[in-house]
Amino acid sequence: MSYIILYALLGVGLFVLGLYALIIHAHLLRKILAINVMGTGVFLVLVALAARHQDAPPDPVPHAMVITGIVVAVSATALALILMLKVYAATGKTELHDGKPD
Amino acid sequence: MTDNQQTGKAFRLLLVLLLSAIAGWLAYAVLALSSSPAGLGEQVVTHLDTSGVGNPVTAVLLNFRGYDTLLEMAVLLVALLGVWSLGGIADYRESPPGPVLDTLSRLLVPVLILVAAYLLWVGADAPGGAFQAGSVLGAAGVLLLLSGWRLGNRFAGLLLRAVLVLGLGLFVIAGTGLFLIGGAFLEYPPSLAGGLILLIEAAATMTIGATLAALFLGNRPRVEPDK
Amino acid sequence: MTGDLLGIPWAVLLILLPLIGGLACFLLPSLSKSLGLLCALAILVAVGGLGWQLAENGAQRYAIGGWGAPLGIDLYADGLSLLMLVMAALVGLGVSVYSSAYFNGDKARHFWPLWLFLWAALNALFLSADIFNLYVTLELLGLAAVALVALAGGADALNAAMRYLLVSLLGSLFYLLGVALIYHGFGSVDIAILAQRIEPSPAAWSAVGLMSAGLLLKTALFPMHFWLPAAHASAPAPVSALLSALVVKAPFYILLRLWLEIFSPTGAAPGQLLGQLLGLLGAAAVLWGGIQALRQTRLKLLIAYSTVAQLGYLFLAFPLGTSIAWKGVFYLLLSHALAKAAMFMAAGNILYFCGHDRITDLDGVAQRLPLTLAAFSLAGVSIMGLPPSGGFVAKWLLLETALRSGQWWWAAILILGGLLAAAYIFQVIGHAFTQADAPAETGLVPARMEWTAVMFAFAAILLGFFATDAFELIGIGAPTSGVSGG
Repeated sequence: MSYIILYALLGVGLFVLGLYALIIHAHLLRKILAINVMGTGVFLVLVALAARHQDAPPDPVPHAMVITGIVVAVSATALALILMLKVYAATGKTELHDGKPD
Repeated sequence: MTDNQQTGKAFRLLLVLLLSAIAGWLAYAVLALSSSPAGLGEQVVTHLDTSGVGNPVTAVLLNFRGYDTLLEMAVLLVALLGVWSLGGIADYRESPPGPVLDTLSRLLVPVLILVAAYLLWVGADAPGGAFQAGSVLGAAGVLLLLSGWRLGNRFAGLLLRAVLVLGLGLFVIAGTGLFLIGGAFLEYPPSLAGGLILLIEAAATMTIGATLAALFLGNRPRVEPDK
Repeated sequence: MTGDLLGIPWAVLLILLPLIGGLACFLLPSLSKSLGLLCALAILVAVGGLGWQLAENGAQRYAIGGWGAPLGIDLYADGLSLLMLVMAALVGLGVSVYSSAYFNGDKARHFWPLWLFLWAALNALFLSADIFNLYVTLELLGLAAVALVALAGGADALNAAMRYLLVSLLGSLFYLLGVALIYHGFGSVDIAILAQRIEPSPAAWSAVGLMSAGLLLKTALFPMHFWLPAAHASAPAPVSALLSALVVKAPFYILLRLWLEIFSPTGAAPGQLLGQLLGLLGAAAVLWGGIQALRQTRLKLLIAYSTVAQLGYLFLAFPLGTSIAWKGVFYLLLSHALAKAAMFMAAGNILYFCGHDRITDLDGVAQRLPLTLAAFSLAGVSIMGLPPSGGFVAKWLLLETALRSGQWWWAAILILGGLLAAAYIFQVIGHAFTQADAPAETGLVPARMEWTAVMFAFAAILLGFFATDAFELIGIGAPTSGVSGG
């Protein structure tokens, strides 16, 4: 048990905070940011726990997983942002409507 | 206060309670993990000398779990395909870059390219590698785009597409080639591993840089037909 | 010679072929139609090769990079993976043929690479034995699917695509946090190794909850189906077929793998209570989806709600839990894929022909598009679960298990769901057979689009006759060995 575990707990906190923001906020940009905060939380859990044994060097496997995860997150965010702009261009709104086509 | 606001408040309170409970449970699970046995770190170290690189993270990314990285290059390309298929957005209102941005980008871009090359090279033995180098290249691209630079018509067609598929393409070709000469898919012979990894990473760096800049731009660079 | 062919790692080819096809289509857009069709045929051959390999040698494991788990990533193919791959290959070939007539110009240029990358993601997902690798395939699948939905253009499709993307990312993050806890708790991400190592602990329980929640959201189990109808209905017709037939089944497949292999031997499995809960949600989905489908005024939305209902049946095996019930579910996966692909294609033809899909204005469709209407009706037979279709065999197996174990209430759900399906399908057919008052403006539907729909509908019916052979293939490697016999 070391102070490293605090970072993992912080990761859990970010994950749940992001989830809250995702549910509460209607603005799409905030939703996209919320998803990114959640992702950061997961990455933090992964890398923090990788260093939990202080007598050994940090486990490289979760580090590699996080790099993969970051690239995926960047790709998804780029697609989400342009979709948001397209939704805005088509409907004039920065929020989703209730999904029922007329 | 209207009914609507009150239900809104009640909903928020309920949500906060529920999420706090989830957070508490997850924190408990994480705390319980602090004494669990170590993961694959030791195995990575044991096989590091046959992996072709000295940096364990690079060894995992490009060799032990190289297949993840291959698929992840596909994710990057699919995101770009998605962005391009949306047809872009009405043009940004572009103002000509001020003198500071103009001068700075001229100075910085060569430096950034140099930094990217260094990160790529050093990634074999120290923190760094294709993704870090690619992000720096991407940043250089963004800086160029911000200062009003656009890809010349001559390069916006097949050549651009070739750069964008280079990373995934070379990965697939190398993996397939290795299994045609008798190994498993993506099984690098230890003597060739270092060189192959550097080659794949160099291609990936260029592709990542170009893709990130293209994602930033959002519009597919238009090739005007010659009239 | 045969020995050489048996030695080919067909599983790797199944992932490489669509990847290379996607790259080629992106590089050479003018050839993308022919490249795509060629790729679809090659994948069919490769699935045949893998099936033969499995029939000869049993379940296959392949170590990518030669490292082997836990350090490297393994591919694993057994009867269940084969079933999913065959399903993807058949639907994929049909959708490719259909799309070669449906998409033209700029749309085609965007469709082909996205579709082939989506196919690569599906094949990679069905073959992966590694829970982190599964995360990457899920993301590849999700992004490609969202981009394909948005290809339809227009406010509805963009709105649906945006919601679909957010839901998909949320589901993936839940899944990834679960993977993080599992890796740090048990030191591996390989399914077979985890099956031996895992034991009840707070991390394991949290991971079960997180991963299941994420996957249930992605597979749209009631009440988490809210995103599905709009996304599946507003996508272009061949994409709707792909989404309903294949894409929603992918997270369900991961869920099955996790529950049948990792979580079940430890007792951290659904357990009695969780199994009953999933069954209840499935039953609610069957009823709610059926009722909503009846209330729709647009054909594609009706079919999308029908998907919500049919997905519900898949969860009825959780409370029943016997291997016969699972067989029913596996068969339903396949028969629903074929029937639903036929239905969405038929709807696509009607849209193409009439320019709208308002159910009350479908009069005269029976005279003008007899083939398309035949396809819709035949597919309907399988969706309702009438003999001799594949849907009948599947639902019969579930019904039999329910009655045998004395849980008659699940049997009641099966019968009610069938009646609801009959009601919404006959509603469409009834309107289509109404004489048209005035000859409507018509466009000709390409023959390829009509015939692929008919072929799929026929296949869904024919499936009823080949049940025993199919079960032999699905049984390779005993994917349900984790559950009690039945």
